[in-house]
Formats: sequence, structure tokens, C-alpha cells
Amino acid sequence: MIKRLAPGLGGWGSWPPTLTAQNAVRMGRPGRWLCLRHTSSWYPLRVATLSPVRQKTSPRHAAVVRVTHWLTVVAFVALTVTGLEIVISHPRFYWGEVGNVNVKPAFTLPIPASRDTVPTGYKYVMPDQNGWSRYLHFEAAWLLLFTALAYGAWGLVSGHFKRNLVPVRGERGWRAIWARTRKYLRRSPPGRQEEKSYNVLQRVTYLVVIFVLFPLIMWTGLAMSPSFTGAFPATAWLVGGRQTARTLHFFLTWALIAFLVVHVVMIAISGFWRRMRAMTIGRARTEDEL
Amino acid sequence: MSLITRRRLITTGLATAAGVAGLATAAKLSRKYGLVPPDCKGVYGAGETLTYGAERLFARHAMAREFPRSMISEKPFANEIAPPKEAFKKMQARGFVDWRLTVDGMVEHPMTLSLADLKTMPVHSQITEVSCEEGWSYIAEWIGTPLSNVLNEAGLKPGVKYIYYHAVEPYLWETIDIDEAMHPQTLLTMGMNNGDLPVGFGGPLRLRVPRQLGYKSLKFVTHITAIDSVKNIGKGLGSVDPEYGYAWYAGI
Repeated sequence: MIKRLAPGLGGWGSWPPTLTAQNAVRMGRPGRWLCLRHTSSWYPLRVATLSPVRQKTSPRHAAVVRVTHWLTVVAFVALTVTGLEIVISHPRFYWGEVGNVNVKPAFTLPIPASRDTVPTGYKYVMPDQNGWSRYLHFEAAWLLLFTALAYGAWGLVSGHFKRNLVPVRGERGWRAIWARTRKYLRRSPPGRQEEKSYNVLQRVTYLVVIFVLFPLIMWTGLAMSPSFTGAFPATAWLVGGRQTARTLHFFLTWALIAFLVVHVVMIAISGFWRRMRAMTIGRARTEDEL
Repeated sequence: MSLITRRRLITTGLATAAGVAGLATAAKLSRKYGLVPPDCKGVYGAGETLTYGAERLFARHAMAREFPRSMISEKPFANEIAPPKEAFKKMQARGFVDWRLTVDGMVEHPMTLSLADLKTMPVHSQITEVSCEEGWSYIAEWIGTPLSNVLNEAGLKPGVKYIYYHAVEPYLWETIDIDEAMHPQTLLTMGMNNGDLPVGFGGPLRLRVPRQLGYKSLKFVTHITAIDSVKNIGKGLGSVDPEYGYAWYAGI
């Protein structure tokens, strides 16, 4: 390792020696003191100023965005799978406060149920998976809640929402949205600017998902809890009752699944591995790569 | 190569020590204030503990929603019940005059009550919703005497943490914590919608726990025991539900 760093060490003549260039990037902020262990001795080293070439490749997404993004993916997959599993036990939906097999449903899913008390028209009953599904559903809901709180607090403090998600000045209107939609429809290339920043349609979509769909799906989920609605009755009556909350919870799930499908398709079209790299190790394409 | 800065060494060490000490204290306090459910172990234990702990921390004394009489469901759904045994049918034929509720365990005065005895206690009626974990629900008026009346009459000894209740069939049993048991809406129900509680809905005696899902409202209750730990009952998970994969706490 010392050998690889040797060009940057500057020799023993100049004390203290400094680390320079590529290796320093991984070792900390410029000016920071580090200890380098080499053959049972410790050498104090100072991280040099980064070279201008490396400075250009700043992360496309902040670390908080990347971490909370993947935590949300984990929670969302768990919630969706278990949620659909729970729905199978009663694939009938109602409006209002109450609904059961003696009440006319608003609509029924054309699938067999996992309970024999539900008339579905099918002759067989699916295996009941509600136990672990409910356990995991609420555990994943906690993960989603903590992730949302961390992301939300950081987003406000750091200016992430204002800078990256609220449409930029001059693009806050239907005209800009329509212009960008036409560009999508013509399948024009996105251009350099969108390599580092979201366009108006992306910004509006993310704002709706983050500030409308996710809060509403948490709310309607809690509006089904007999204990939570006891403490906060308004959560249930504001949406029109427990069964309405359940039906909306189901619709919101499909809205989020629709977002997920479009999101993944767009990433696949615009360069799947490049986008994955941007959302994991963080580096966007450098200027000269573009 | 190993890379150590003094600052990182000190902060990591302090943070780890503080974290371990903090977690240990949090766990101890959580147990003391009844924030840890019996099924707190395993893959889903963390989520379950958060749900139960948050409810007990922020809404321990909250009341389940009650509804106007006009919202009572015309055709409530009784759900499936196992066909009653011969002994049950004989008692039903005699109008349940020999139905008995035994109250024992950590109480000053263990007792056995008939339905007539229970009906001499203060009557309470509530219009609450039964919500099933499957997703369906109905609203009914439930009439009976709060469980707290019976427990106060029997005189709880100090240290009681759970109430263990079981049905006429021995494989059906449940526990609730003492907060839920002493809650004013936790009702030993004998009547429904101005009539006797029908057998399909758990008659002659059902323990309604309206702040939790339907499966905690056990039908055909015959036995109530005050206990300080659920460890020695069944698999020690608090009820048969976690043994079948369902959560012990069903407030959500």
C-alpha cells in the first residue's frame, strides 16, 4: 500500500508527508490528519487538496437520498406483498364505516379468497397467510415511517426539497409541464442538464409521490386501526369511515405500483446501470464522459 | 492497511458505549412500564414491540370510537363458529342458567359467578365496531358489565400484569394486559342490540375488547385468571394467536 501511495508521500525530507491525488479521495477531507500503519509503525499523514479532475465527479444523489431510497424500496416491497396477501382474505371493498359479507360491496376482486366465509364464486379456498403478513406489514410500516421522518427532516434542513424537487423558477406552470411532456412524446434525448438535475415532470411526480401518495397511504392504513382511531377519531371520519379508508388504501397501493412501474421503465430506458450507480455508489457521469 | 484517526477512535468508542448503555436502559424501562409484548422475540418482534409500545406510550387510556344508534349494522356478520358440543347444547336448552364464570389466580377473593350474578353488577352499554383482521367490520350495541367491576370485586393482588381468559373449549384462550382489562370499554358482554347475546356472536358471555381486532374478543368465556406472567401458559407467547402466527397485540 505504501508503494502505491509513494508518489504522493513527498519523501522524508519534507515533514510531514502528504497524500495526494486519487488515493486521498478515499481517505478523507483535505487537510485532515490520518495515521497510516506500515510494518508495525504508525505514520502521521495529511490528506492533500483534491485534484480538480476528481472534484468534478460529485455524487449525483446525497448519501441520505441514496440510503433512504433503498430503505423505502425494502419497506415498499414488503408492504405491497403482505398487503395483497391480507386483501385475499376478504377481496371485497365497501364505502363508509362498515362492510362485511352481509353488506353489498362497492366492488369485488374476481379472485378466490383465503377464508371460506367469503362468497367468491370459486370452489376453493387459498392458503391463509394473514399471520406473518400482518406482522411483516406493520414492521415494514415502521421502517417506512422512520425512513420518511429521517428523509423529510433532512430534506427540509438541507434544502433538498427546495433545490431538487420544487420546479425551478420559470418552470412552475402548465406550459413547462406540457413542453416537457411533448419532449417525452417526441422521444427527444434528455440533454446534459437532466444528467445532474430533474426536469419539471420528474419534480412534480416525486413531489406527488412523497407528499401526497405516501402520507395518504399511511393515513388510510392507520384509519383502519381500532386503537389508533380511538386515540385520533378524526383519522377515520375525515376520510369517510373505516371501510372507505380500506378501499382508498387499496387504490393508493395501485397508484404507487403504477409509479414504480413507470419509474423503473424510465430508468431502464435512460440507462439502467448508470442510474443504479448514481443511486448506489453515488457518482454521476463526469464531464468528459458525457 | 488500517486507517485510524484519534477522533474517530474516541467518538466510535463513546458512541458504542452510549448506545449499548442506552439500549439496555430503554429495554429495562420498557419492560417496567409495560411496553414490551410477549411475542417480542423473533423476526417480527421489533415491529410488534414498536406497535404495542407506541400504543401504550401515547394512547394507553384512549377510548374506542362509539357510534350513534343509527349506525348499528342491520345484518351483523357472526363469523364461523365451531359446532357447539353436547354439553354446550344442554346448557343452551336450559337458557344457560348453569353457565359459570370462574375468577381466580392472583385475586383476594376467588369466585364463581352465574349470569344472574353478573347481571346484578352495574350495567354498561356501548355501540362499538367489531373489526376483523380479514378486513370486514360491523357495528352493534353491546351490553354487559365492565371486566374491571368483576376484577375489583375479586380484588386484584399487587403484581398482576395480565388477565388470562378462556372459552368453554379449552383450546380457545387469550390474554390481555392489565391496562386493557381495566379499561372501561372492556366488557363482559351478555346482551347485543337490546336482546340477549346470540350464540353466533359469542353468547351467553363474550369478552368484548373494542380497542383491538375481533379475535381478542373471545366468545363463550368461562374462566378468568389474574396472572403476573404469560410465560407458563401455552408456549409463553400470550395467546394461541402468536402460536398460529398472529400478533398477540391486535390494536392495529
